[in-house]
Amino acid sequence: MRLPEQASTYAPDIDNMFHLIMWITGVIFVIVELLLLFFLWRYRHRPGRVATYTHGNNRLEVIWTIIPALICVMLALLSRRIWDHIKENMPHDAVEIQVTAEQFAWNIRYPGPDGKFGTADDVTTLNQLHVPVGKPVIVTVTSKDVIHSFFLPEFRVKQDAVPGMHTRIWFEGNKVGHWEIACAELCGLGHFRMKGFITVDTQEDYQKWLAEQAAAQTAEAPAAAAAAAPAPAPATAADPAKTVAEKGGSS
Amino acid sequence: MSTVAKPREVHHAPGVHAAPTSFWRKYIFSLDHKVIGKQYLFYALFMLVIGGVLATLVRYQLAWPGRPLPFMGKIAPDGMPGGVMLPEYYNSLFTMHATIMIFFAIMPILIGAFGNFVIPIQIGARDMAFPKLNMMSFWVAVPAAVVIIWSFFVTGGAAAGGWTSYAPLSAIQPKGQTLWLISLLILGLSSLLSAVNFLTTIINMRAPGLTFFRMPLTTWALFITALLLLLALPVLSAALIMLLFDRTLGTTFFLPAGLVVSGQPWPNAGGGQVLLWQHLFWFFGHPEVYIMILPAMGITSEILPVFARKPIFG
Repeated sequence: MRLPEQASTYAPDIDNMFHLIMWITGVIFVIVELLLLFFLWRYRHRPGRVATYTHGNNRLEVIWTIIPALICVMLALLSRRIWDHIKENMPHDAVEIQVTAEQFAWNIRYPGPDGKFGTADDVTTLNQLHVPVGKPVIVTVTSKDVIHSFFLPEFRVKQDAVPGMHTRIWFEGNKVGHWEIACAELCGLGHFRMKGFITVDTQEDYQKWLAEQAAAQTAEAPAAAAAAAPAPAPATAADPAKTVAEKGGSS
Repeated sequence: MSTVAKPREVHHAPGVHAAPTSFWRKYIFSLDHKVIGKQYLFYALFMLVIGGVLATLVRYQLAWPGRPLPFMGKIAPDGMPGGVMLPEYYNSLFTMHATIMIFFAIMPILIGAFGNFVIPIQIGARDMAFPKLNMMSFWVAVPAAVVIIWSFFVTGGAAAGGWTSYAPLSAIQPKGQTLWLISLLILGLSSLLSAVNFLTTIINMRAPGLTFFRMPLTTWALFITALLLLLALPVLSAALIMLLFDRTLGTTFFLPAGLVVSGQPWPNAGGGQVLLWQHLFWFFGHPEVYIMILPAMGITSEILPVFARKPIFG
């Protein structure tokens, strides 16, 4: 079974679970289909042969009920462990990033040198998410308008971006590279082209890139302020997002 | 002893009604469960063709992206100008394909057509418990189909928010979405009337000796289907009405504070909960999969034993 490249630390856990379920259901599927064909052939109509009436077989029915039940319980316990690891236990000492979706783009916000969101030194980008390799990243996902879904196929990350809600997810990139951010929830006429990019950098490249973005932003800021038009330049487009975040968070 | 000649009162058994005399009564506004069953069949087959055409257009676009279909440029000049499909029209196509197939094809065939035709025959009743209600179920379903087809031709085109119509996308869509909501509300009423009729018929009008556990499996399946419809549909209708109010009356059931659409604050946003739509919708949506599959399973469980020449067990 070919799955996308594994670019995050927990991608193998999810893939192992996927393959396990695939094998269990696949083997059962083949057995059932073969039995179906065999019975069709074995008990086909023949002149002179009369059908025998049966009320069924209780022991067989109990067996084929208990075995699937046990398999389900086993899968539930196994996936519970992975779920805890991925969804419940947020890592400490992680890079914090905010992702605010809108029709049809991803607004990415870094806290900047002071480590706090909503301050003047925040770094914002459009559709460009950079993360350092080998360091956990916590992303707070939300949306300005409709429901989107933040999907990083190679990282096995998928989280709905729901307006009015802030959902925290984490992942850790384990190799340097450049991949796609896809929107996985129908969000309107531009859904098909709502695409961003995630780049996993080495620690040095990541810091360098952040500094470049911050520098470009300070150079741009006076121009954007002068414009002060409703036309959403990338820098101003993030401001309503902040309003959403604050209002949504308090409700 | 002299007796006064009195006109004898006619006591009909439940479900028995006079034979129709006119064409209209016999074929159009019929009270006969078999005729209504056939009406549902033709209704559903007609909608099946429409749903199929929509699916064909979706597949055409996937197979040859952007290749023009000149005749579609004439039928849908807004969605396919010059026959080239716009992204929003593509969204409309799959949304309406799913909506039409689920609500206007599968359900009317399996429940409306087979249910009406088969239930009275299988339980030994003369007709459904409420023949007039039965006629009304069908004739309420007709305007629903008219509205859903009409929605293709309004400004902005038909609904394009997926068959699940997740808010707030469905709250900010053009007018076609409003017609989608109205159409499903009307159709929901039709299904609800059918469900009440099926349940009453099956509970009260079985032939003497036909206990529940002797009842044929097709009727059993339709019985459970009707029960699910009765429990799940009102929840969907409530959600549809809430969304309709959000769209037309300025309520904010599904619109959280601070909603910004295309850079502009949405006029009536605040206090709503986006996930509420999903909870309400799937309270209906989960039973809906059984509503669609159970009658087919019931029919299969009836046909297999016949051709295997042995009774079914389990």
